[in-house]
Amino acid sequence: MADPVNIPPVAVAEPRTVSGPLGAIAFRLSTAVPGIISAGIEKGELVVRTTRHRLLDLMTMLRDDPRYACQQVMDICGVDFPDRAERFDVVYNLLSVTHNHRIRVIVTTDETSPVPSVHQLWPAATWWERECYDLFGVLFTDQPDLRRILTDYGFEGHPLRKDFPLTGYVELRYDEDRRQVVYEPVDLVQDFRNFDFESPWEGILTLPGDEKAHADRQDMKRQG
Amino acid sequence: MSDVTLRSDTDIPDSMLPEDQDGEVKRHVVEIDSHALNFGPQHPSAHGVLRLVLEMEGEVVARAIPHVGLLHRGTEKLIEYKTYPKALPYFDRLDYVSPMCEEQAFALAVEKLLNIEAPERARWIRVMFAEITRILNHILNLTSFGLDCGALTPALWGYEEREKLIEFYEAASGARFHANYVRPGGVARDLPAGLEERIADWARTFPKWIDDLESLLTSNRIWKQRTVGIGVFTTEQALAWGFSGPCLRASGVPWDLRRSQPYDNYDKVEFNVPVGRQGDCYDRYLVRVAEMRESVRIINQCLEQIRPGPVKVRDHKITPPPRREMKRSMEALIHHFKLFTEGYHVPPGATYTVTETPKGEFGVYLVADGSNRPYRCKIRPTGFSHLQAIDEMSRRHMLADAVAIIGSLDLVFGEIDR
Repeated sequence: MADPVNIPPVAVAEPRTVSGPLGAIAFRLSTAVPGIISAGIEKGELVVRTTRHRLLDLMTMLRDDPRYACQQVMDICGVDFPDRAERFDVVYNLLSVTHNHRIRVIVTTDETSPVPSVHQLWPAATWWERECYDLFGVLFTDQPDLRRILTDYGFEGHPLRKDFPLTGYVELRYDEDRRQVVYEPVDLVQDFRNFDFESPWEGILTLPGDEKAHADRQDMKRQG
Repeated sequence: MSDVTLRSDTDIPDSMLPEDQDGEVKRHVVEIDSHALNFGPQHPSAHGVLRLVLEMEGEVVARAIPHVGLLHRGTEKLIEYKTYPKALPYFDRLDYVSPMCEEQAFALAVEKLLNIEAPERARWIRVMFAEITRILNHILNLTSFGLDCGALTPALWGYEEREKLIEFYEAASGARFHANYVRPGGVARDLPAGLEERIADWARTFPKWIDDLESLLTSNRIWKQRTVGIGVFTTEQALAWGFSGPCLRASGVPWDLRRSQPYDNYDKVEFNVPVGRQGDCYDRYLVRVAEMRESVRIINQCLEQIRPGPVKVRDHKITPPPRREMKRSMEALIHHFKLFTEGYHVPPGATYTVTETPKGEFGVYLVADGSNRPYRCKIRPTGFSHLQAIDEMSRRHMLADAVAIIGSLDLVFGEIDR
């Protein structure tokens, strides 16, 4: 049998290396391009954070500059962090087929501030932006076709936001009497169960009700 | 939408005008009713639940507006409420024609965040089954593409061959379609005895089947009339519209993730990357046929190089302990219970991991927050970008050509709608 694989018990932040071709790009971006908040290698992938105002300039450069040459935008998606002031991340995954590298560009936004659309750089962006709008409610300026795409006709709300319940708000069924499909508020037979798996045995040093014993132990440890 | 327009004669293609007896083209000013046609969602050529609103000028498509989302099941939202092991089976149900390739993308993403690597044998099994999946997918696509264009026989032959491959799936995973086999840390279980020989036997006979398929289609006059020069996409267009996989290669870009960004054991096998030149439906067909031959080559190389050994990492916090051990060891029992209730905690981080699925680049953007459930799992479906380009591709084509284009793009709505 192979050696057991050891996993670090706690997440170790990877050092931001500036080596290899990706590291060189990261270094160049973070030093030479204005408006970049950070550029670095995370888990072996190049991640660039910028602001909404600078997004279009950066994207145009990443597409047209032969050193980056990102011909394709493979994916645009949102991520919701409700606790932050600007709760949404909009993540662009760019691909260069000539240099064989990927660049991830991340901007933040909230429910009301629109992000400039990149559909004039890559026509493929239209549907990804529509999807991001549909699922998160992120707005895009200069996007002429900002309609819903994945959800039902006439859907309300943005389902991938963290405050949108998993079960949704409406359910539909075929009504025999009215001979049509009707929408009704969701009626759960059993309450929605969302288990918290935060283990009291990991990460927490002091157990509830055990504070005094824990303090004593810490004292003993400190004294040697 | 349906107002009557008066067309000037210059807009009408010559081929659509009736030819005069003298061989001289007689030009008429024709009044054509421009109208919208609802194609699907319940149409056999729509490959699932595609609703395509076609604005027609006579029989010519002026604009194609796809409506997607009729199969939207909220997979990404559901995954946020499931532990990592429980999220995996959702990937079988995305592109239900090539399940294991999608599982592989998720497994690789989780492995990257966990900082583990599957053992050697598991990686060979993954490569082999990814290629079996590729053939499985291409057989269905090519034969149903033929069916869309009026060729019935390939579909009948194809199902027979698919059945054999599905039996390999069943032998390995216990399920014919929704395998749940490629898991973070390896594969669910080792191959049963004798399966490698059965696959080797099949790989010997399968090239003959590809020859038979080609004898039906490749030089078939009707087939070529339906596909050559239809839905032409240039290299620039294909890149700009986010194409990947066979559709991108048919447009002349030699780009294959198995070659350029190899994962698992793809760096240890030799294969060619077939590339087309014209970017029409016929090239997309030819690329897929050539890919099936390459897949057989890869499967043979896997069978040569695969050696006995473990098929999952031995850390039983990530993979379940053997059943035998659970009967004797308390620790194994605890591990088993914890794994299937709580799962494992993935350290915080984000990754965009891609695999070359039969349809193209399938990506998983996985954000972990240190808990046992993904914070966000964005699935980058392949057909989404391909379908988006259908308006540009089918414009000024006949209605029947739109059907051929849909067939050549290899759309599966399980993954597009998620």
